[in-house]
Amino acid sequence: MESYFRELSHKIFSHLHGGEILLINYQAEESDFCRFNQNKIRQAGHVQQQNVQMELICDQKQCVAKFDLSGNLSWDVELAKEYLTIQRQQLIVIPQDPFLHYANELYNSEKISENVLPNTEDAIDHINRTAKNLDLVGIFASGALHNGFANSLGQFNWQTNYSFNFDWSVYLQQDKAVKQNYAGNVWQNELIQQKIEFAKETLPILSQKEKSIRPGKYRIYLTSVALQELFELLNWGGFGEKSHQTAQTPLLKMKTEGLELNSNISITENFSTGFSPRFTKQGFKLPASVSLIKNGKFDNCLANSRSAKEFDTKVNCNIEHPCSMEMSNGDLSMDNVLQELDTGVFISNLWYCNYSDRNNCRMTGMTRFACMWVENGIPIAPLSVMRFDESLLNLLGEKLQAVTVEREHILDASTYHARSNTSWSLPGILVDDFTFTL
Amino acid sequence: MENQNILQLFKNIVPPCDFWSLRLVDDSEETLCVREHVVQPPTMSRSYGAHITIMQGRGMGYAATNELTQAGLTNAIKRALNWCEISSHNNILDISKIMRPKKSGSYQSQVTKPWVQLDLNDKIQLLQDINKHLKIHDCIVDWQADLTYRRTEMLFATSDDIEINQQFYYITPGYQAVANKDSQTQFRTGGGWGTSRQGGLEQLLSFDFPASANQVAEDAIALVDAQECPEDTMSLLLMPNQMMLQIHESIGHPLELDRILGDERNYAGTSFVTADMFGEYQYGSELLNVTSNAILAEELASYAFDDEGTPSEQQYVIQNGKLLRPLGGVMSQIRANLPGVANARACDWNRPAIDRMANLNVVAGDSTFTELVASIENGVLMDSNKSWSIDDSRNKFQFGCEFARIIKNGTLKQVVRNPNYRGISANFWQSLSAVGDDSTFEVWGTPYCGKGEPNQMIHVGHASPACVFDQVDVFGGV
Repeated sequence: MESYFRELSHKIFSHLHGGEILLINYQAEESDFCRFNQNKIRQAGHVQQQNVQMELICDQKQCVAKFDLSGNLSWDVELAKEYLTIQRQQLIVIPQDPFLHYANELYNSEKISENVLPNTEDAIDHINRTAKNLDLVGIFASGALHNGFANSLGQFNWQTNYSFNFDWSVYLQQDKAVKQNYAGNVWQNELIQQKIEFAKETLPILSQKEKSIRPGKYRIYLTSVALQELFELLNWGGFGEKSHQTAQTPLLKMKTEGLELNSNISITENFSTGFSPRFTKQGFKLPASVSLIKNGKFDNCLANSRSAKEFDTKVNCNIEHPCSMEMSNGDLSMDNVLQELDTGVFISNLWYCNYSDRNNCRMTGMTRFACMWVENGIPIAPLSVMRFDESLLNLLGEKLQAVTVEREHILDASTYHARSNTSWSLPGILVDDFTFTL
Repeated sequence: MENQNILQLFKNIVPPCDFWSLRLVDDSEETLCVREHVVQPPTMSRSYGAHITIMQGRGMGYAATNELTQAGLTNAIKRALNWCEISSHNNILDISKIMRPKKSGSYQSQVTKPWVQLDLNDKIQLLQDINKHLKIHDCIVDWQADLTYRRTEMLFATSDDIEINQQFYYITPGYQAVANKDSQTQFRTGGGWGTSRQGGLEQLLSFDFPASANQVAEDAIALVDAQECPEDTMSLLLMPNQMMLQIHESIGHPLELDRILGDERNYAGTSFVTADMFGEYQYGSELLNVTSNAILAEELASYAFDDEGTPSEQQYVIQNGKLLRPLGGVMSQIRANLPGVANARACDWNRPAIDRMANLNVVAGDSTFTELVASIENGVLMDSNKSWSIDDSRNKFQFGCEFARIIKNGTLKQVVRNPNYRGISANFWQSLSAVGDDSTFEVWGTPYCGKGEPNQMIHVGHASPACVFDQVDVFGGV
């Protein structure tokens, strides 16, 4: 893939006219997908796709063309030439772009992870055998993800990741299930066995009569996976330079009124430990990390190349949305979570979060999977699904009781258009007076 | 390389097997955007690839590739055959029962004003004009207008010499004004974000594009200064572009047969609807009539065949409030032993077909808009969705809108901000108390319905009149 992209980009650059600059981004994946229901195969297949995005720049103007590659070099070069012709016609019509911004300093890089992925057939066979007689539903995805960048100034960047992501639930009945995930690049049969064994042990607890609670305020523990759901929503405009400059961020009150979170909360975009590329689509090298919230105070925004130009700041991201988010840990040991929760709700998973009042970062969403009612530190019964409505500013502010020592490294199982490179490193949190509404 | 050439190449190299299908998808898109009077870089894209499905013995597998060369297709066929072998040992589907497509045919969107009829400069000028009408006050802190054109050409062929050709054209206009004063920000969009239609530039008139730009900006300013929506149990008048979301989340998804069969339980969720409820269950009041259809040419998911080659026809899904049939394609129908509709759909060549609601519409009733408002003593009108959340069984929901107005004693009153309402699907549709007539009926749709593993984002159409619901829990922000 890398050599193909090198050769293709060189050939395309040779067709540029005087004064033209071309930025080319390359994306490809070779993925196996196997979908399960009732521990049987529902849908299984392989996806191979590669495409390029060409940003043609001339006379302070730019336009973008993205197209799939056939893998035949001469066809792909011809296709690129056709798009360049159309782009040149567009550049004649459009005005100059005051926020055009691309890297002028050359920075070359290559990062290729070792391919130690499991044989897909063996992995699926192991899953089926381990989950025998269980109602397992979910998806196994595995393969290579490639990202490349080249510009006509001479820069070349490449990244290849090999990873798998097995995301599944073991169901007891109706909506009662244990949700699990195993992702990485080194597959270990023993870990799958351990996780599914844990699910088997948990199912009898879920078979207890459901506990229905009235709307009101409750002490809760949010696992790192549940917290991830809230951050996924927050990241939608929460930290972007543009959303801050145009007053659309859900953290508006931190910006306009100086509101602070609990001083133990620090949040960082850590590119150095994440899986997303360290280069942007405009060729900028990303910093190792960006501090977003420091000791409860808003610290920095994420600015892409366009926003950096418009709002006179430095480029520090590819998209204005954290891709490798880390939250600082605390001092609550996971072993003591139930004891510290005492009586309340252990929330394993949240689902379908959205804003009730964006200006106040007030979010609503649902509990899902194995959420438990806990009394005196002992899980008593599964919880009937409940809707919550609560401000994240309160959750991480005055209502925050404790943060766990342990953090979970979560790889995004999302596969819209292609497999995701996003990851999180998050602790769990203990919260008082959490509001359930329905 | 043209579709027919690729099909011929594929036929030359595919080995004998029980069944194969080839779906070629050529998808092009162009987007123009002007933000704060600055023309953003125009973008165009083209996705072109093949989705191959093979059935052999008890197994079934797929492979998708955009390497449309002999080597690329040969490799994909090998991959699909390998998956056939793997799945044959543990397949949830009984391949022998699957009904094969029997009918060839074609479909083309109706377009009266093609995309190319307006040149690039004129389109940019149109978006610039909208920008001028959006920036009407200092408190408008962000504003933009955009326009997206999409063309999808699809060839579906099978080993039984079935050949289906469909060509779709879509248009997605949008504009937004964001108003801010201190810690209060409100936005208003032209008809909601991402709303689309099938057809050409002639569809822009239906979105009031660009005529309503000024009103959008005025609404955003009014919302910043408005009171919060009151918290109360009251009547709720939903306009068609919020009915779109209400239908989608609390009728469409719970009736999707693959959810009922459990395929989606790890991701999109299950359903409070069970197989034994069809033909028996009273889903809503007797005023509720819902169809799955492809009759309205401008509606987003109108087509002649779904992506498994099943011909589309109009079906009542709910009639006089009674639940009649689920939304499931041929494979799910066989698994569930239930009727369904032609809605096995894939978002692109790189994803397999799964059950997706297509066009799901509420049938118009007999009340004018004036009569709907007059019927309400204490209530609120809500318009244009901005927040959506519902449980994984598609029962407990909470939705928020951009814009609302209080209704008192049959008269529309002041604007209120951050309007939200919550309820339970199984009860909510029972509270439907009035259905608007044809004069209130509007066709909407969205390209952003997410579901499936691997994930797929697809377009759906929802047409509806304005509707009134009684005794709904309504509330505002802070």
